[in-house]
Amino acid sequence: MTRLLLILVLIVAALFALSLLVGPAGFGPAQSLDALLTGRGEAVALVMREIRLPRALLGAMVGASLGLSGAALQGYLRNPLAEPGLIGISSSAALGAVIALQTGLAAAFAAALPLAALAGALVAVLLVFLLAGPRGGSLTVILAGIAISALAAALLSLVLNLSPNPFAVSETVFWMMGSLADRSFTHVWLALPFMVAGWIMLALTARGLDALTLGEDAAGSLGLSLPRLRLLVILGTAAAVGASTAVAGAIGFVGLVVPHLLRPFVDGRPGALLPASALGGAALVLAADVAVRLILPDRDLKLGVVMAFVGAPLFLHLIYKTRRATA
Amino acid sequence: MLVVEDLAKTYPGATTPVLDGVSLSVAAGETVALTGESGSGKSTLLHLVAGLDTPEHGRIAVGGADLAPLDDAGRAALRRDRIGLVFQQFNLIPSLTVEANLAFQARLAGRTPDLGPLAARLGLSDLMRRYPEELSGGQQQRVAIGRALAAAPGLILADEPTGNLDEATGDAVLDLLMELAETTGAALLMVTHSERLAARLSRRVHLSRGRLT
Repeated sequence: MTRLLLILVLIVAALFALSLLVGPAGFGPAQSLDALLTGRGEAVALVMREIRLPRALLGAMVGASLGLSGAALQGYLRNPLAEPGLIGISSSAALGAVIALQTGLAAAFAAALPLAALAGALVAVLLVFLLAGPRGGSLTVILAGIAISALAAALLSLVLNLSPNPFAVSETVFWMMGSLADRSFTHVWLALPFMVAGWIMLALTARGLDALTLGEDAAGSLGLSLPRLRLLVILGTAAAVGASTAVAGAIGFVGLVVPHLLRPFVDGRPGALLPASALGGAALVLAADVAVRLILPDRDLKLGVVMAFVGAPLFLHLIYKTRRATA
Repeated sequence: MLVVEDLAKTYPGATTPVLDGVSLSVAAGETVALTGESGSGKSTLLHLVAGLDTPEHGRIAVGGADLAPLDDAGRAALRRDRIGLVFQQFNLIPSLTVEANLAFQARLAGRTPDLGPLAARLGLSDLMRRYPEELSGGQQQRVAIGRALAAAPGLILADEPTGNLDEATGDAVLDLLMELAETTGAALLMVTHSERLAARLSRRVHLSRGRLT
């Protein structure tokens, strides 16, 4: 377990460094690191500190948020197909962002888009609680999430449908594909408090998720408070994934695939899967964001698109493995 | 330690109540057997006392704390801090070692128990690094009892704790449960089908058609 975490930390650190060193400006590694650490060489330092560092930081933060939320949701719902998108957080955050883009708010001031996305995530959480009721179990939460996802998707289509401005539509469509390009420290500082709050809440669920492997009744008999566990999982996911969507757009598959890949290495312990999935998610998003810059350096290839191309085959492989195991 | 007054419960859709005016009190250090036919309401009574379900009317107090005003989270906290539950199915967390299972409830309650003496008394000292699937039924139930006791509860509720064990193992488990209840001063309320086991506890109450006799 500790060995697994150590290996993952090393992989994340290596990919983080790689992310700092890859880009169209074509600086050498020594020059880049020197500029980053000492500030020597004005242009290089500017690129390193204002463009590449926030991008790499956001890659790690967004990936950790998605991986951690996916692992927590799969543990809480006891369903390996659960992912952050399932409870309607991502689509509602996207809806908030799209409204900001379409109304011109996003053009008026930079923080409007991520703030609107966070507001969307918050509305989704309130609706999940309202629909699931005070004593709703995990199934009610899934159903409420699906209803909210569907509603947000419908409203999103409506906004695009009625949009008077074709440029805003194309901007919106590209935004929804997810990207870390051209992000600044404003985005890092905006997302970080929400993400840290979300990470703390999700980390507190580890023991409860282990107990939940016995089923809700038996876990409750040990004195586990199911309403509190539910509150932590939903609020934690909303804060972490809402903030991720706000700064990076919709990035799928991370929350679904990463916990799947790492589960065998933690003997199926949902509590131990949380830190491993956070690190695994960070590694996957950092790797994909490096790939985006290497595959088509001249085109603005979107992170969400690459992630779907990485995620779909991985998922097909998992299906094949599951089928073989159950055959 | 436990006071139950005029407790009633009818399940939704049922015409007759499963519990109908049940009153019972169990003092600290006392061991009480709860017997009755299948469907007489024994497990329902135990679930109500543990706060896993809510009664229609009547009062339940555990260690002086009334259950009625508590919400789900409050009842979970009371269960975690003051009640140890032992079931026929051992309900051990399969992915945790014996040691982690033993400490589980106490850690939920925010305590770090000293497991050494408890594990020694339960005969589990050499098995601490094992997983539940590597243990026999009797060993698993000893872990479950240890888990309930590690949080130092004032009240132990046991629902057929020896139901899945052979007679000799069951007797050993009951000996242990009674001894631990006695040494810690905890009250024990145990549901059992067995007349023989019921006779060994300090008192016995019989539930029939929702009433105590």
